[in-house]
Amino acid sequence: MKRLKSPDAKEANVNVPVIAPGHTFGSITEKISSVVLKRRTSKGWFFGFAIGFSLLMLLLYTITYLVTTGIGIWGNNIPVGWAFDIIDFVWWIGIGHAGTLISAILLLLRQEWRTSINRFAEAMTLMAVLCAGLYPVLHTGRPWLAYWLFPYPNTMGVQPQFRSPLMWDVFAVSTYLTVSFLFWFVGLIPDMGTLRDRSTKRFAKAVYGMLSLGWRGSADHWRRYKIAYLLLAGLSTPLVLSVHTIVSFDFAVSVIPGWHTTIFPPYFVAGAVYSGFAMVLTLSIPIRRIYGLTDFITMRHLNNMAKVMLAMGLVVGYGYAMEAFIAWYSGNKYEWAMAYNRWTGPYAWSYWSLIACNIVIPQLLWIRKIRASTIWLFILSLVINIGMWLERFVIIATSLRRDFLPSSWATYKPSFWDFGMFLGTIGLFLTLLFLFIRFLPVINIFEMRELLHEKEAHEAGGEGHQ
Amino acid sequence: MAQIFHPSTNTLSRVSIFGILFLLVGGLFVMAEIYRSPYVTKATVVRDQPVQFSHEHHVAGLGIDCRYCHTTVEKSSFAGLPPTETCMSCHSQIWTNAKLLEPVRESYRTGNPIKWTRVHDLPDFVYFNHSIHVAKGIGCESCHGRVDKMPLMSKANTLQMEWCLNCHRNPEKFIRPRDEVFTMGYVPAEDQSVLGPKLVHDYKVNIRQLTNCSICHR
Repeated sequence: MKRLKSPDAKEANVNVPVIAPGHTFGSITEKISSVVLKRRTSKGWFFGFAIGFSLLMLLLYTITYLVTTGIGIWGNNIPVGWAFDIIDFVWWIGIGHAGTLISAILLLLRQEWRTSINRFAEAMTLMAVLCAGLYPVLHTGRPWLAYWLFPYPNTMGVQPQFRSPLMWDVFAVSTYLTVSFLFWFVGLIPDMGTLRDRSTKRFAKAVYGMLSLGWRGSADHWRRYKIAYLLLAGLSTPLVLSVHTIVSFDFAVSVIPGWHTTIFPPYFVAGAVYSGFAMVLTLSIPIRRIYGLTDFITMRHLNNMAKVMLAMGLVVGYGYAMEAFIAWYSGNKYEWAMAYNRWTGPYAWSYWSLIACNIVIPQLLWIRKIRASTIWLFILSLVINIGMWLERFVIIATSLRRDFLPSSWATYKPSFWDFGMFLGTIGLFLTLLFLFIRFLPVINIFEMRELLHEKEAHEAGGEGHQ
Repeated sequence: MAQIFHPSTNTLSRVSIFGILFLLVGGLFVMAEIYRSPYVTKATVVRDQPVQFSHEHHVAGLGIDCRYCHTTVEKSSFAGLPPTETCMSCHSQIWTNAKLLEPVRESYRTGNPIKWTRVHDLPDFVYFNHSIHVAKGIGCESCHGRVDKMPLMSKANTLQMEWCLNCHRNPEKFIRPRDEVFTMGYVPAEDQSVLGPKLVHDYKVNIRQLTNCSICHR
C-alpha cells in the first residue's frame, strides 16, 4: 500500500511511521545537516535568539545586583526561607527528566520512536540542569565559595554535612549533569563526523573535526561506540529515578507539615517526567514546523508523548489525592490544618489553578483528535508547564508560611528580582537552545539512517502483509 | 578529501586528554600545598620587630615565667603584652646603655607603647580564649611551640582551623596536668594514652561540645 503524505490530523488515526515515506540515507543526512550547514540563518532564528538573549541579559543584571547586594532582594524571608529559588530549581530539574527518560530508558526498551527526539531532549536536559544549578549556588549568597559544597581536603578540617539532603542534592545534580553531558556528547560524535565531512568551510571542518574526536566510522569505532552508548544509557537510567527522588528528600526529610510525606519521591519523579514531556512538546512542535522536520518528528511521536504525559498526569493526580487523604487519615491536626490552608487560605488560587492545569485540563488528551492537533498539544503542554511550576509553588509557599509558632506566621510575596531571575533563566535556556539548533544537528542523523535501514529490511521481508 | 589535521594532532589530542587529568589533579594538589605552606600561613617565618627580643634568652637563659610578661593569660581571653614598664623593671638596672634596647627606653621616655608586630593573629570571626585553655591543662607549648628555643619569635603552627580541630577533636592527646601548663619541653610522667583520658575526665572537658560551631564562632 502506498501512503500519501497526509495532513497531521488524519495522520494520527492510522499507524503513522516514525519516518515519513520516501526517504533515503542521503535525504535524511541532507535534510538534518542542512539546518546547520547550508541554510541561511533564518529571521525567525534571529528573532527567537534575540528574545532569549535579552532575557539572558536580564539574568546577568539580576545576578549582578543579587551578588553585590545580597539575597535580601528576593521576597523570601523567615519563615518562608525558600521560595522562588527552590521552586525554579525543582521546576528546571524536573524538566530535564524527560530527556534522560527518552534517551536512556526508551533506548533500553527499544522504542524506535525515541530516535528523532532524543537528541534535543538530551540537550534540553543539559540546559535545564544548568539553569537549575544556578539557583542553589546563588542562594548561598556567596557563589564564589560554592566549592565548599564539595568534600575536599580543606584547611578548615571540616567536611560538608553528609546527613543533609541538600548535600545529597549536590551529588545527585552534579552526577546528573556529568552523565547527561557525556551521554549527549557521545551520541553526537558520529554526527560530528558527518558534519565535518559535509561542511565546506575550513573553520567548520576544523571545529567539527575536533569535536568528532577522530571519528572515521570504521567497524571498530561503531562497536566501541555501541558499547559506550549502552553503558551510558545504563548509567543514566537510575538517574531518572534517583535525581528527583533526592530533590524530593529536600522536603520529605524535614518535619514541616505538607513536606514530611513518604509519597514525595515517586510523586516528584512522576511530576518531573510529566513536566519534561510537556517541555519536549513545547519545543518540538515549533522546531519541526520551522525547520521542516515534520518527516522525522511525525504525529506518531507527538501522539506517543501525549500518551506518556496523560499517564504521568494521572500518577501526579494520584499523588495529590493521597496528600489530601493522608492529611485527613493521619489524624495529625497540623497536617490537616496545612491541607485546609492550602485549599482555602490566601494561596488557594494557586492550589486550584494547579489542579486545573495538571489534572483537569490534561484530561483532554484522552480525545484522539486533540492528540492529533499540534495546536492543542502545544497549548496543553504550556498549561502543564505552568501547572507543574504552580505545584512547586504550592508545596513550598503554603507549607512554609505557617510555622509551628503562630507568632512567626507570615505571608510570602515574590519581589521583582524573583521574577527577573526566573525569566532570566528562561532566557539562558532559550539562548542555549537556539545556539544548539544553529550549530548542532537537532536530530540524530545516523540513528535515523539506521532506523530507515531497519524499516526497509522489515518491509522487504514482510511484503505480503503490506 | 583533503586531510583537515596533520597526523601529529593525534599525539597532541592524546597528550591533552591525558594532560588535562594530570593538570587538574596536580593543580589541586599544588593549591592544597600552597595554602598550607609557610608562604601563606607564616608559620615558622620570623617577623620583623622593633626590638629583637629573644624569648630563648629570657625563658631558657634567665628562667622567667611566661606569666611575668603575659600577665592576663590565666584570667582573660588575651594573654597580654607587657607594657614598657615591665621591660624597664630589669632594664633600668641592666644593659642600660645597650643600643638594642634604645626603642624600649624611648618608649619609656615618651610614653608611646612599642609597636610590636603581631605574630599570632586569628581572624576576627574566631573567639579564642587563653584562660579556658590554661585552666583545662593545655600547655603554652602545645600551640606556641618551644618558645624557649626561639631567639626570634615565629608561629610554630599554622593556626588554620584544621589544626585547631586536631586538638578539639582529640584533646586527650595534648592535655597535661595544670601545674605543667607553663613548662617548656614537658614530658608526661606516665603514658599520654593513660594520662590524657584521665585528665580529660578530671578537668571535665566535654569533647562533644568542643566541636560545636559556636564554641569558636559566635
